[in-house]
Order: sequence, then C-alpha cells, then structure tokens
Amino acid sequence: MAKAHVYKRDHINTDEIIPARYLNTDNEAELAKYCMEDLDKDFVKKAKPGDVIVAGDDFGCGSSREHAVWAIRGAKVGTVIARSFARIFYRNAIDCGFYLIESAEAVDKIKDGDEVEIDYDAGVIRDKTTKAKIKFMPLPDFALEIIHDGGLLNHIMKAGI
Amino acid sequence: MGMTITEKILARAAGEKTVVPGQLVDAKIDVVMCHDVTTPPAITMLVEKGIDRVFDPNKIVVTPDHFQPAKDIKSAELHKRLDEWAKRHKIKHYYKLGRAGVCHAILPEQGHIRPGEVIVGGDSHTCTYGALAAFSTGIGSTDLAASIATGKLWFKVPASMKFVLNGSLPHGVYSKDVILAVIGRIGTDGALYRAMEFVGPTLKEMTMEARMTMTNMAIEAGAKNGIIGFDAVTKAYLDSHLKDVKDYTVFESDPDAEYLSTEVFDCSKLEPMVAQPHLPSNAVPIGQCKGKAMDQAYIGSCTNGRIEDLRIAAGIMKGKEVAIRTIVVPATPEIWKQAKDEGLFDVFYEAGCVISAPTCGACLGGFMGILAAGEKCISTTNRNFVGRMGSPKSEVYLGSPATVAASAVEGKLTDPRKYL
Ligand code: SF4
Repeated sequence: MAKAHVYKRDHINTDEIIPARYLNTDNEAELAKYCMEDLDKDFVKKAKPGDVIVAGDDFGCGSSREHAVWAIRGAKVGTVIARSFARIFYRNAIDCGFYLIESAEAVDKIKDGDEVEIDYDAGVIRDKTTKAKIKFMPLPDFALEIIHDGGLLNHIMKAGI
Repeated sequence: MGMTITEKILARAAGEKTVVPGQLVDAKIDVVMCHDVTTPPAITMLVEKGIDRVFDPNKIVVTPDHFQPAKDIKSAELHKRLDEWAKRHKIKHYYKLGRAGVCHAILPEQGHIRPGEVIVGGDSHTCTYGALAAFSTGIGSTDLAASIATGKLWFKVPASMKFVLNGSLPHGVYSKDVILAVIGRIGTDGALYRAMEFVGPTLKEMTMEARMTMTNMAIEAGAKNGIIGFDAVTKAYLDSHLKDVKDYTVFESDPDAEYLSTEVFDCSKLEPMVAQPHLPSNAVPIGQCKGKAMDQAYIGSCTNGRIEDLRIAAGIMKGKEVAIRTIVVPATPEIWKQAKDEGLFDVFYEAGCVISAPTCGACLGGFMGILAAGEKCISTTNRNFVGRMGSPKSEVYLGSPATVAASAVEGKLTDPRKYL
C-alpha cells in the first residue's frame, strides 16, 4: 500500500530534490540515494516503493536538471502530487514517462502517513486512511501518449525519426 | 487577431501561418546548446536507444562550464563523454577548456544567437537569449536528446505577459535591480508557462548585456521564455558578434496581439534591490536589509559575469580592500582577457579578491567557493534557493554587481550609491 509523504511547502526546488553536489553522475540508483536530501534527509529511509510525495505549489522549480525526476523515480516513488508544478520539471517527467498529479484538493486532504491508492485512468485518488475519494484531472492526451510509449524517445522512435 | 513575437517565431518554426496560446506545435530547432551536466546523460540515452546521431553538426554548440576544469573524477568522466561525442559527430562549435565559458555568456558573444530563431539548451537559463529577439527556452536531458537527434521538439505555445518598463534608471540602479523588482512583484511562479515580453523606453538605455541579465532571470518567475524585440541596440550587437551566418529574420509583436496581463514599472523610482533567502522573489530595496553581515561575495555567472559587470564592480573596489572573501569569475575567456587588458584584474587583486577561470563554479554550489553551514553570500547570480551555493544551512542574497562590490568592501549588505 502506498503511503503519502507530505511536504506542504511551496517552491520545493530542484536543489532540494537533488543537490548540485551530486550532479557529477547521472546514474539513477546513485542519485536515488540522495533524493530530497536537503529537504528531509530521512526521506530515502522512509520511502517504500510506490509511495507518493505530496507538496504545495511550484514543485520542482529551478534548474532544468532531469536528475530531479531520475532521483525520485530511482527512489521508487510512485508519483508526486502537488498543487502545481514548475514547467521544466513537469515536462521532464512526461518525457521520462513519469506520471505527475496536479490536484489542490488532494494536497488539502491528504495527511502525512495516509495510505493512498491511485487509479490513473479514472483520475481518482482514494485516501484509505480518511476514506476520502479525490478526483483529479488526468494528464492531457498527448502527454499520456508519451507516457504510454515509455517516454519521449520511444515515442519519437515509434513515429519514425 | 495579431500575434506576439513569441507566437510568430514559434509559428514560423512549426511551419504554420498562425498559432494561438495553448496550441501544441512541433517546432524546428535552429540551435541546441549543450553543456557538461545535462548533455552527457542525453548522449547515453541516444546511444542506448541506438539513435546516436545529430540532426546537424553545425547547429549544436557545446561548451563545458558547470564543473570545468573538471572538479573531480566523476565530472571528468562527464567531460570525457561529452568530448568523445562532440568529436565522434564532428560538432563544429565545440568550445574546449581554454575557450569554454559559461554557456549563456558564450553563445551570444560568439555569434550563435540570431533573432527569429528557436534555441533550446539543456539548462534552465537558456531563456537568456530572448534578449536578442529569439525564442529560447531551457529543457531537460530527454528533450535535449530528442532535439539533438531530430532537430525538432514539441512545444505548447505560451500565452504572453507584457512588462512595460518606463523611466530612466537612477544612478546606481541596474537591469538586475529591475528584474529583481519584477520577480518581487509577480513571484517565482508569476509567469509559470508564460512568455515574458519586455517593452518600453527604459530598454533603449540598456546595453545588450544589461538586457540579457533580465531575460536570464525569466525562469526565476517560472516563465518558458523571456523576450525583447529587435532595435538599434540589437542590431549593433549582432553586427559586431555574428560570424558565419549573418542573416536573420526580425519579428515584432502586432499592436493588436493579445496579452494575458500587462505590468507597468516606473524604473525611475527603483532603488538597488536585494533578493533575500531563499527565493529570488524575496526582493527588497537595499534600505530594508543593509547592514547584514556577509561571509562571501561572488561576482560572476550567466546573469552578471560580463565585462560591463566587472567594470562596475572594479569601479567601486578601486583603491579599496574587500572585508570578506570575494570571488570574481569572468564568464568567458574573451571577457577574462578584456578584463585583464583593461587593468580590472589589478583592481581586484589590490582589493584582495580571487580571480577565477571562466566556470559556473560556485553559482550552483559546484565548486570554487562553496558555503559552509551558517554562512551568508551576497552574489550577482540568479538563484538563492536553499542549498544553492553549498550547505542547506547557508544563505544567498542576490544583487547587482555594484551592490555586491560595495557589500564586499564593507563586509555587509551595502547601498552601492555611496560609492558611485
Ligand atoms: S552560471 Fe549559474 S545559473 Fe548560469 S548556467 Fe552556470 S550554473 Fe546555471
């Protein structure tokens, strides 16, 4: 069962998700060890595969480093739910085939440690702890297509380059 | 209905007559900027997918900058991957150590940016090039891989916001202060997904370098791109910087183009600004924070590491000594040489500064000036997030080169106007 790790703050930036001191590698397993280190140094210890990060506005602002998405994905995080995302982070996640959920309601309702279940196709988050059922707007079709193809490179290869 | 300059450039690149905000387009890329952090992963992706190719070896510009000269073994390996790839594909514009510099300073300086073109780069501050009436935006490694291999990329056409800059800048107030005031007003996500178009009479008094300081920081308001229309200043800069390809297309916003919003600034009322930790939008006039003790001053980066920035800083430091450790980083080898030839290095040396080779270095907390827990740095860079220049317990304050130089001399946040 996926657990929610709630960081209510706005503007959680790419330096906190993966600090520049680790940018000398692009090895996902290596990056995963430091995921969210400057925000919560115990995050990697606490997070179990499939868990979700819940945050406020403008998650992933700052640098264009895709390392931020890789670190989160490498740490086996299932998705990030935020009130809003910074543009490049959002785009990088889609390009990597990593699903993000934008939902103010979810951020308001989900408490730290809640058990959540996500139905991506139906656009529903079930908070098993509070029994809340939260609807979210699924990603736009073009983004879903890229994600279903396994990321942008597979997507353009399918179309033929 | 009319179109904005951003819409016109994207329409041309997508082969469309018109585009509207929100529309998805496949745009042809004119220039791809590659550096040492985000390009090596893109290369690996391409190799792993069996599509190790480049769309045009003449349209890719490579400059290692973030960790150059290599700061450790791992970054040396990133450089090696970049170097082997650039040679394998005969990349024409490859700036190696000695000619390499901070990407967003090198590309315009070496004539790689032309109006009307679409430029992408594996770096968030790629929006800098919009100062030259181009559409330019930062992307991650997967987008970079796709751009390198195909010369095309998907874009959602951004809606535009207009920023009208009126009035002459007072003495001691610079374009850095203007952009800090803009971001202070709209917030770090105030232009999320949007184009920030700067217009107005204040621009006429700004050099191309000063304009680039502003478009550089468009991303700090969340924008997709920052852009300034073509004028005599643009033309003069291009005339003296373009090298092999000298023709370009000038687009301008139609009078009836639609803007999401218009923000007007009376720049004549502005004061030197400082963005306090930990957001570029925490900008206040120097009067509200002066006197705060600093541990380090940093003059450099793609925001303010150009020759006029170094001249301003040297002008203030001349004949004085700095009270805190002060790092000066000319952004490119050409700027470095010019600063040396103009005698600015003598001023910095006499003042007790250290002068570095061109690198991103400490701007991103890479190396050459990392902050310890509890330390404070006044910096000419663009970002003051938690941990940006070192320890997550350190603090970064952003200001103009004048504010940083004056603060270096006094060892505390200082109004530069008393030295001008
Ligand atoms: S100087 Fe700083 S902001 Fe500019 S490209 Fe380098 S690291 Fe990024």
